[in-house]
Amino acid sequence: MTALLRLDNVTIRFGGLVAVNGVNLDVEKGEILALIGPNGAGKSTIFNLITGIYPPTEGGISFNGKSIAGLPPYVIAGGGIGRTFQNIRLFNELTVLENVLIGAHTRGRWGLTGALLKLLPAVRKEEGRLLKWASHCLSQVDLAHKAFDRAGNLPYGEQRRLEIARALAIEPALLLLDEPAAGMNPQEKRTLLEMVRTIRAAGVTVFLVEHDMKFVMGLSDRIAVLDYGVKIAEGRPEEVRANPAVIEAYLGKGATH
Amino acid sequence: MLHGLVNSIDPYFLQILVNIGIGIILALGLNIITGLTGQLSLGHAAFMSVGAFTGALLTLKTGAPFCLNLLLSGLFTAAVAALIGWPILRLTGDYLAICTLGFAEIVKVVFLNMEITNKALGLTVPSPRSAVPMPVIVLMVAILAIAASTFIQNSRFGRALKAIRDDEIAAASMGINIARYKVQSFAVSAFMAGVGGCLYAHFLGYINPSDFGFLKSIDMLSMIVLGGLGSIPGAVLGASILSAAPEFLRFMSQYRMLVYGALLVFLMVFRPNGLLGGVNVTALVLRKLGVRPHGAARKQEEKQ
Amino acid sequence: MLLQQLINGIALGSTYALIALGYTMVYGIIALINFAHGEIFMVGAFVGLLMVGVFKFNIFLAMVCAMIFCMVLGVVIEFVAYRPLRKSSRLSALISAIGVSIFLSSLALMVFGANAKGFPDQAFSSRQIHIGDADISTLQLLIIGVSAALMIGLEFIVRKTRIGKAMRATSEDYNTAALMGVNVNFVISFTFALGSALAAAGGVLVGMLFNAVSFNMGLMAGLKAFAAAVLGGIGSIPGAMLGGLLLGVTEVFGVAIGYSSYRDAIAFAILVLVLLVRPTGLLGRKVLTKV
Repeated sequence: MTALLRLDNVTIRFGGLVAVNGVNLDVEKGEILALIGPNGAGKSTIFNLITGIYPPTEGGISFNGKSIAGLPPYVIAGGGIGRTFQNIRLFNELTVLENVLIGAHTRGRWGLTGALLKLLPAVRKEEGRLLKWASHCLSQVDLAHKAFDRAGNLPYGEQRRLEIARALAIEPALLLLDEPAAGMNPQEKRTLLEMVRTIRAAGVTVFLVEHDMKFVMGLSDRIAVLDYGVKIAEGRPEEVRANPAVIEAYLGKGATH
Repeated sequence: MLHGLVNSIDPYFLQILVNIGIGIILALGLNIITGLTGQLSLGHAAFMSVGAFTGALLTLKTGAPFCLNLLLSGLFTAAVAALIGWPILRLTGDYLAICTLGFAEIVKVVFLNMEITNKALGLTVPSPRSAVPMPVIVLMVAILAIAASTFIQNSRFGRALKAIRDDEIAAASMGINIARYKVQSFAVSAFMAGVGGCLYAHFLGYINPSDFGFLKSIDMLSMIVLGGLGSIPGAVLGASILSAAPEFLRFMSQYRMLVYGALLVFLMVFRPNGLLGGVNVTALVLRKLGVRPHGAARKQEEKQ
Repeated sequence: MLLQQLINGIALGSTYALIALGYTMVYGIIALINFAHGEIFMVGAFVGLLMVGVFKFNIFLAMVCAMIFCMVLGVVIEFVAYRPLRKSSRLSALISAIGVSIFLSSLALMVFGANAKGFPDQAFSSRQIHIGDADISTLQLLIIGVSAALMIGLEFIVRKTRIGKAMRATSEDYNTAALMGVNVNFVISFTFALGSALAAAGGVLVGMLFNAVSFNMGLMAGLKAFAAAVLGGIGSIPGAMLGGLLLGVTEVFGVAIGYSSYRDAIAFAILVLVLLVRPTGLLGRKVLTKV
């Protein structure tokens, strides 16, 4: 199987509410897969399930053939899944560079001992390596010139880009983008589109959630549609766009663009 | 030679300096778990107590050399912290704070009832076995504490702590094992509190479990809140001011806690960053001295 | 013997419940542990003492005075120390609350001195009543009676009045309640007033029970009452009542079986245990945050 990520009949219940209901989904290696659906369909919940923030009530999730359901988030991140958040979760008090350095956390080893023995050559070498890698990630999203700004002070669009840089610093095999284009103007969206294409070209599989149809259609290889926690369609953009069930799900629910 | 130097300083003034030194060590310790990692510990005096009594008993029962004594007290306190940290640090914010407070009270009551700590009578601590005079040791340890804190602040370890402080979920999603880092941070903090306690015990010559109650924990918290949570120069400044103030305001000693209370409220409402929180002190000082920073530091400077 | 300890426990526990209610209501509505709450209990005790000792009021009038005074005090504290911090981090509000607590207890120390003061004898002459092989004093009856009456009164306000409904709405969802037209600031002030009134009553009752009123009674009582609130489930009013009673009974039994020198530690041990094993307490509910 070439599926990098597999969701196998995944269900999650919060009390009486079934947020995700028996979803089967494969993310193929090297593709850009988009997950769309009306608000409240459960898209972010799927991301949270994948990254280990909630364990599924039923079903399995496997990454690279190994089961990851129920593992804590830090292990999953260490395994090569990076993500951004729907409501930006940057480390606001820290600098832009520090944010990305934290993204690069799993690429380092020295812990408390390294902190206390900071002047040790091996430790300094690692810090230098991390610094270089973080700067590289920042350049990829064109934020290197703001390395020492406080993350919370960045304008909105740049904050979103910073989150991507931070996730890239993990050097993930799979990148989860949760509404990366939200709140961006058309110019910023065009830049983002190119950015995601470049990321994929570098070998990263991209799985994104988005509301902007134009953005999604122009970018994705395949699209899956979620409604009320159930997958109602899956396929190439042209197929999905013409699918009557999809059109119905969006009808009258304030479909965007 | 050192003894001569120390003896030449007015003893009253020396006492103030040593108090400041110990205060700095304690404040920096608390700063790591509360300022850097964002976990409010309201029971840190308990660790000071553990360190104090461990050190006192080591001197009383074994007459060990003081430097070894200090190290062992610190390590033992850190071990205790790691042990209770594992279950406790799963709690969040307010609950954690209250839990640490509860734990500290339990420690106090237990020490007040244990034979080995001489129950409510407390312990008299003889002079430590050391070639170097106490005040010099305190100075050296304070300097070490400042160095260690600075190293931690700018390391991969410190970054992880700051990430946990700012957003735990995001931190976990970046691969940071929250539980492990919290416990380590807690242990380091406790180590410094234990060392501070040991120094305190030997300098004062007498300790009693009641000395290490809630008010002592608040003392330490006030120092870092005044100076600015998370700021190392802030912790040093806050500790200095609050350790020295009681002496200069001796006639106002009964007002001390009154002032602390009002100070905490005032700071939170009007200047939550404290005196030096958010201020890049090294850059400020260098600028005043006319030194122009280069390279990356310069870029950082221009952003301030 | 069992019955006696049970009676003692319920009397003590009722006072813990009175204080715990204030904690739980405030936490339920603005997610703040009102550290200063214990000091309000202490101030209430002193006001009651003053009313009886200086103005020769009878105990009920003194209690009412204490309650009114503390209601005002509670509202002022909220306004000065917590309201400005409503948008700030929880840490800031907690530190501010600690500051208020320290301020009040130091103030009491300065004004009243360090020694505990007792209620004059004519405050409430207590007789012993015999039930089975136990004695219950009329003072204990008073405590249980007053506590019960106040708690029933509180339940009535919360369940059956408009302001009570507003309180419940605000504690469920602050923002939505505001959008629905609830004057959130007023509701919060009202909550503080209610909680403080109950704590004040508790202060007077405890002051009489132990015949000791001192500047540092607030800290210990406050922490124990907080333990009771957590035990019952923080945010739950019936939980606070239940927790208070359970804590009182446990403490009394613990002392009776020989752990009297660990008396204070019992409450903390319970607190730590509950927090580690079942942080939502006996009657509380778990709240999931959206990521």
